[in-house]
Amino acid sequence: MINLRIDTRASDVAVSPSENGQSDVILMTRNLNFWYGNTLVLENIDCDVRPREVTAIIGPSGCGKSTFLRCFNRMNELIPTARIAGSVVFRNRDIYDRAVDPVEVRRQVGMVFQKPNPFPKSIYDNVAYGPRVNGYKGDMDEAVETSLKRAALWDEVKDDLKKSGLALSGGQQQRLCIARALAVQPDVLLMDEPCSALDPIATTRIEDLIRELREQLTIIIVTHNMQQAARISDRTAFFTVAESGAGTLVEFNDTQQLFTTPSDERTEAYITGRFG
Amino acid sequence: MSARATAAVPSPDVWRASQARRRWSGWLFYGLAVVSTMMGLVMLGALLFDIFTDGARQVDWHFLSNYPSRIADNAGLRSALLGSLWMLAFTAIIAFPLGVGAAIYLEEYAPDNWLTRFIQLNIANLAGVPSIVYGLLGLGLFVRWLALGRVVLAGSMTMALLILPLIIVASREAIRAVPDSLREGSYALGATRWQMVRQTVLPSAAGGILTGTILALARAIGETAPLITIGALTYVAFDPNGPLDIFTVLPIQIFNWVSLPQKEFHSLAAGGIVVLLVVLLTANSLAVYLRYRMQRRLQ
Repeated sequence: MINLRIDTRASDVAVSPSENGQSDVILMTRNLNFWYGNTLVLENIDCDVRPREVTAIIGPSGCGKSTFLRCFNRMNELIPTARIAGSVVFRNRDIYDRAVDPVEVRRQVGMVFQKPNPFPKSIYDNVAYGPRVNGYKGDMDEAVETSLKRAALWDEVKDDLKKSGLALSGGQQQRLCIARALAVQPDVLLMDEPCSALDPIATTRIEDLIRELREQLTIIIVTHNMQQAARISDRTAFFTVAESGAGTLVEFNDTQQLFTTPSDERTEAYITGRFG
Repeated sequence: MSARATAAVPSPDVWRASQARRRWSGWLFYGLAVVSTMMGLVMLGALLFDIFTDGARQVDWHFLSNYPSRIADNAGLRSALLGSLWMLAFTAIIAFPLGVGAAIYLEEYAPDNWLTRFIQLNIANLAGVPSIVYGLLGLGLFVRWLALGRVVLAGSMTMALLILPLIIVASREAIRAVPDSLREGSYALGATRWQMVRQTVLPSAAGGILTGTILALARAIGETAPLITIGALTYVAFDPNGPLDIFTVLPIQIFNWVSLPQKEFHSLAAGGIVVLLVVLLTANSLAVYLRYRMQRRLQ
């Protein structure tokens, strides 16, 4: 049995939202169903994400965590057979409405992937990529510097911004990808197991970064690592595979509460290591 | 316990026979592979040796700057060399954008349905159509129907048709080799599809696309049959100065010299082959160099 330690720092940041006066909702799904071809992958997901919080999504493999995450920036529709029903509301607007351009959604809802995927360009051009494609008119040097500083990478790369992004270490590459995502000033940052390809030290740095970024934006992070969810998130959603084979949201609660007093026995079984 | 004891461990001899056979067949295959490589190398070496001993001393400034002549001592291949270069330039101008455009459409835009697959299959098959068939098409379409006449442009358009499938296939391979993670990364930053293609896919695929294009152009410069079919001349004693001039090309000039009975002209043909080979090898080295530079820039 895994003994879950809840980091004290994590409980410090897990201020209940009402105290901050931030009980509003930035992202909301209602009756969200998702198919690949004829296979139902997500079934009736209702989920409210609060602004300026870290929301962790945990659950066993194949429960649709990543698919769910990618519903928030319409990345799933790049897969030809994907089909979605229900609504995903971002700032009171259904992002799957016909009038909504996915390109605009993706500027506001950024994403960091499981494997660091810097472009085969210089560090500078990697960060400037987003502002450029979005027609940013301001000072590019400043935008690049600010983004690299926000991603805690500036001090390590400021002297060779012309170096290829691929020349960096894995952890640096992932922070470069975070800087790249931050450069278009998104309101929400989606992170799909951002540390799974990194060593423990690089992981710690990314986790520290997530805690800092939480002050400025909303973060939704999929993680396989329950300790990580406990350390960095305010609230945690537990997904599992229902008997129908589709992913389903079992429990969504304050992280501390979910890990200490889960209300569903499937959650308890998972977090105590009995399955998954 | 007893059941486990009876499941006897097989004696090592059981493996020994198979090991000897495997080692033997490994050596056999190694030998076959070496022989196959040598066959190619020896043939190429013999060919180059034969041509260069005969032709290398023909190649001088006189040979490059004079027009063909009935008198072997005066003959050169100036008009054929210029004709080849003009034709090559316009073939590249026509075939490169069309080929790369088609490859981008097929890889990045086309939906995956039976029509797309049908088109892809046919393009792959077109790469195998005999070149003389393209010559007939060019004769009917460009020379006669468009009434261009037997000019450089008609030849270039015919050659462009011939190498278009090669460029499309090579470009598609290069585009497909770009990892999807880069496409996703680009989309996730709010890029449109065209921005994603222009700024992420094309720079990464550029090395492969250029290599494929240059190799296809190298094929075009060596082709003879389609140009004879559309009626390129065999004797040209003036410079082709633009796309609408009549012309001849190096392979036709070489063929012409070879078919004459006098021995001196056969040496001239060897000289022409040397020039053609130099042009070809230059193009291929350029392809290798470009690919190397692109890859280095990306790493």
